[in-house]
Formats: sequence, structure tokens, C-alpha cells
Amino acid sequence: MPASLFPPYEDLLRILPEIVLTIAGTLVMVLEPALRPERKRLLGGIAIAGLLVALWGTAVANLFRGPAFHQMVVVDGFATFFRALVIVVGILAVLCSIHYLQRERPDSGEYYALVLFSVVGQSVMAAANELIMIFIGLEISSIATYVLAGYLRDDRRNNESAIKYFLLGSFATAFLLYGIAWIYGAAGTTNLVEIRRVLSTPELAPPRFLVGVSAALMFVGFAFKVSAAPFQVWAPDVYQGAPAPVTAFMSAGPKAAAFAIFLRVYMTAFEPISNRWEPVVWLSALATMFVGNFAALLQNNIKRLLAYSSIAHAGYVMVAVSAHSEIGTAAAMFYLAAYAFMNVGAFAVVTHFARQGEKYVDVDDLAGLGHRQPVTAALFSIFLLSLIGIPLTGGFFGKFYIFKAALEAKLYWLTVIGLLNSAVAAYYYLRILVVMYFHEPGEAAQTVSPVAPGVKIALWASAAGTLLLGIFPSVILDFADRSAALMK
Amino acid sequence: MDVPLFLIFAAIAVACGVNVVVQRHPITSAISLIGVMGSLAALYLLLGGEFIAAVQVVVYAGAIMVLFVFVIMLLNAGAEGRSGRSWPVRLLGIPFLVLLLGLLSFVVQAYAPKTDRVVFGAFTSGGPRDIGKLLFTEYLLPFELTSVLILIAIAGAVVLARKEID
Repeated sequence: MPASLFPPYEDLLRILPEIVLTIAGTLVMVLEPALRPERKRLLGGIAIAGLLVALWGTAVANLFRGPAFHQMVVVDGFATFFRALVIVVGILAVLCSIHYLQRERPDSGEYYALVLFSVVGQSVMAAANELIMIFIGLEISSIATYVLAGYLRDDRRNNESAIKYFLLGSFATAFLLYGIAWIYGAAGTTNLVEIRRVLSTPELAPPRFLVGVSAALMFVGFAFKVSAAPFQVWAPDVYQGAPAPVTAFMSAGPKAAAFAIFLRVYMTAFEPISNRWEPVVWLSALATMFVGNFAALLQNNIKRLLAYSSIAHAGYVMVAVSAHSEIGTAAAMFYLAAYAFMNVGAFAVVTHFARQGEKYVDVDDLAGLGHRQPVTAALFSIFLLSLIGIPLTGGFFGKFYIFKAALEAKLYWLTVIGLLNSAVAAYYYLRILVVMYFHEPGEAAQTVSPVAPGVKIALWASAAGTLLLGIFPSVILDFADRSAALMK
Repeated sequence: MDVPLFLIFAAIAVACGVNVVVQRHPITSAISLIGVMGSLAALYLLLGGEFIAAVQVVVYAGAIMVLFVFVIMLLNAGAEGRSGRSWPVRLLGIPFLVLLLGLLSFVVQAYAPKTDRVVFGAFTSGGPRDIGKLLFTEYLLPFELTSVLILIAIAGAVVLARKEID
């Protein structure tokens, strides 16, 4: 009997990335008090090393596909894809943060631990096959992100951001939890595959309406986490107030992980009632695109502008979700990867340009950056063009596959409106480009300092990722295509 | 005997739950919350989950509420001032709440299966032995991950609350 209590070794290998990240996070916390303030950036190095090992761990775990720990998690292509994605976002965010933290507040070790643990949560979400795991992963990721948003305690905007994110986030999580309670009451299980089995067996199936309420309540929680309308109100304030590298992190990593669980729950557990949730997702996709793009037109603060743009991009992914097909899932995966690179890249530029105390965060401050720092401006242009969806960038193929999936699902109106929205979006991205290249250098651009090494690596890596996805999309898309069939 | 007891404790739980939100002094809210926890424990007991009822009292009504009250005292929090609410909240808040509650109770009334009614005291498997066994076999991974969750909560609290030592 005691022997059977120890989980089999394959199971442990299947959660290798989480184990590695947890060890690295704990190591950072243990070493933190032992280091002098000027040596604290060493912890950033440990964090990156931990994330790289975890990336390798993801590849190892991928060799042992299948469920683990009594079906609590499942390692499949989908899980591997999102695990790798959130880990890469973590690496890029840490690279941006090292210099930022030295600039804003020198004694900062826990920051890296919080990032690592947040990635643990997101990685768990990517592989979760059980509502309990989804909840715990989401909470780990969210709580770490709440704290990161308010990391610079003496900054009032940070405080505002953290408290808003925390209060609204907890409220949304309560909805998710309530939905989980309903489905447990209706189906008698919290395992996604089991729920699907119960719902699609006529003798066992609980009344559709009960399941529908559960799906609706859980939708509130997920829509909040991916900042989809009508639950997007928090995003601009939180993104604007949080430290720039944290915004880079939380607009890509937690969002991708939230979409991962969103897809997994609705494509497996709630698949039997798909005719009930498809219209809801459809409407939400529509509203999200409109709110994001049209509000972004009016913004002058670049972090706020990118926040609204991030809402709009969530809308495009929601289009892929409402297509409700394997092609749609693959398109959503591809888009989230492309979005992660271009968005983190854009926020890396903001991190670099904002300077001490984030003084320069208006679009007009960027005036003349194209003359002062042509390389940075060129990289920024790549990210902006990709966000618009210009060919040869990841953003183009992302949108292409999403609207292709939508057309195949006969969502003609949504496709048309999505394309029109992309055209609207081009305006506010191009405005940044115009300011950057055609305006006379202002005070902000005159005084810009050279790019810090960490930010530089992050910039180049994001640009490489964006272009790679734009020029050789099949590298990622083939994997996404093969992984889109979820365990049922 | 079971049904009247259930109704009494359920009513107390709901009334206390509403009171938590309505009250403006944090201490009154906290004490109402103890009422919720206590009546939930009584409901568990009615169903037969003795161990769960005991844990509910010891952990929630005991330990966690003590922390709540302790923090409220420490912060010396007074009655909250009435902040100006925006007009959509004032106009739509109550109707939407009524709508949500009405919808949920309608769904439960109309669709919840009525065939297998709850049998009071029929639940016998919630003992410490069963819970311990489940916790270390089937729910091992969530159990371990919860420790990461608690760790991150502690680390976060320390980061946000500590004083700088110069």
C-alpha cells in the first residue's frame, strides 16, 4: 500500500516544467536576502536560467504524453504549446525587467520569484484537465500578477492598478468558482473529460439549462481574465498603472493561459452544449473588437493605447473561439503566439523609452525617435506593423488563419466586421509610426539613453519571433494544427 | 425534524450573508460572517458530514475569523463612509441583482432533478480517514500546488507590506 502512494515517475516527468519553475522560484527567494542590493540582478539571471530549463522540461514532458496524477493534468500538444508560450513570455518579461528594476527600485528580489511562480500557475493552466487544477493555476497566476502590478509601492499609479486588478479579479474568480460549483452539482464531477462524457450520454445528462448556467458563470470568469467585452473595463487602468515590463508580461502570459483554459473547457467539457455558448462567444467577440479598436483611437497615453489594442486582439481570438472547430483552435493558438511576441516587443520599447518614473508614456513623446534611435524605431515599427497585420509579420498570418477559420465556420458577418475593425486599428498604430518618423525630435527623444542590454535582447528576440511567424508560419502552425484536437 | 432544522439554519445563513454586505462597520460584517460559517457547519452536520462540520467550525469560524477580526482591529477600521455611487449603479444595481437571483432560483426550481432528494444523514464517507486518503492519492497534485498558492500569497503580502530598511 505505501508504495502505491508515490506517484509513478512518468507522472513526475509530465509536470517537469512546473517542478523546475517552483524550484527556481524558491531558490530566488532563498538567495534574495543574502545578496547585496547591487548584486540583485543576479537573481534575474537565475530566473532566466530557471525558465530556460523549464522550457527544456516542457520538451521532455512532451515525450511522455498523456494524463497524469489521476487525470488532474494532461500533457498533449496543446499543453506543450501553451507551456512553451508562457515560459517564453516569462523570459522576455524578465529580460525587460532587470534594467527597469535597477532604475526604479534597487532592492528587488521577490519580483523574479513572483514572475516564476506566476508562470508556474500559467503552466498548470495550460495542462489542467480538471476544474480544480484550473482554479488553483489561475489563482497562482493571478495573485502573483496582482502583486507585480503594484510592485513599486510608492508609485500611486501602481497602487491604483494593483487594487483595481485585485478587487475586480477576485470578483471575476468568484463567478468562475460559482460556475464550477454548479457544474459539479449538475454533472457530479470536475474532470473535463468526465463532464463531457456525462453531458453527452442521454441517460446521465443533467438538464441543459443547469449546465448552461454553469457555462455562463464560468464565461464571466474567463472573459474577465482574457479582457473580453463586456468584462474588459479593468484592462486600460490596470495596464496603464502597472510597471511597463509587468504590463508586457500580463498582457501576454496570463492572457494566453486564460485562453488556453477557455478553449479547453469549452471545447471539451461544454462541447455537448456548444449551440448554447456559440452565440454568446460570437457576441462577445464582436463587442470586444469594437470596444478595443474604437476606444484605442482616442488614446494618447501609449500604455493605455496598447491596453485597448490588447482588448481588440482578444476580440480577434474570440472570433477564433466562436468558430468552434479544430482549425479555429489552431488559429487561436497561432495568434496568441504571434500576439505575445509583438505585444511584449511593443511594451519592451515602452519600458526603454519611458525612463525613470515612467515620465514619457505619451504618443507625442515618441516624436523623432526614428532619427535618434533608428534601430529601436525600426524594431518598434515591426511590432506595430505586425499588430496591424501587414504581410511578412506574425500578425498577418494570425489574422489570416483566424478569419479563414471563421469563414469555414460560416461566420461571414463576424469576418467582415473583424476585417473592418483591423482597418480601423491601422489608424492608431500608423499614428505612432508617423509621430516617430515624421515629427521633429522633442525633448523626450533628445534625451533618450542607449537601450539596456536586457531590453535589447528582448527586443531582438521578439522581432525575430514576429518575423519568423510571418515568414515561416508553418513552423508553428503545423504544430498547432496537430495539437488542436484536444483530449475528449 | 430534519427539514425544519435545515430551513432554520439555511435562513440564518442567508440572512447573515446579506448582513455581511449590508453592514457598514467591518466588525459587524465579520461577526455576521461567523454566523454564515456556523450555520453552514450545522447544515453539514444535518447531512451527516460530522468531520467536515467540525473542520468548518475549527478552521473557518475559528482560525480564519480570528485573523479577520485581528486585522480589522489592527487597522482600526471604522464604519465605511458612503461614497457617491454612479448613476448606472444606483439605477440598475438592484434590478440586475433581483434578475440574477430570480433567474438562478427559477433554474433550480424548474430544472434541478427532483427524483433523488437529499437524504439527511445519509452521507457517511466524509471522515478524516477518507479525506486523508483522497488528499494523498487522487488530489495529491492540487494539494501540493495549493502550497505554491499559499507561498505566493505570503511572498506577495511581504512584498507589498514590508517597510524599507535603509
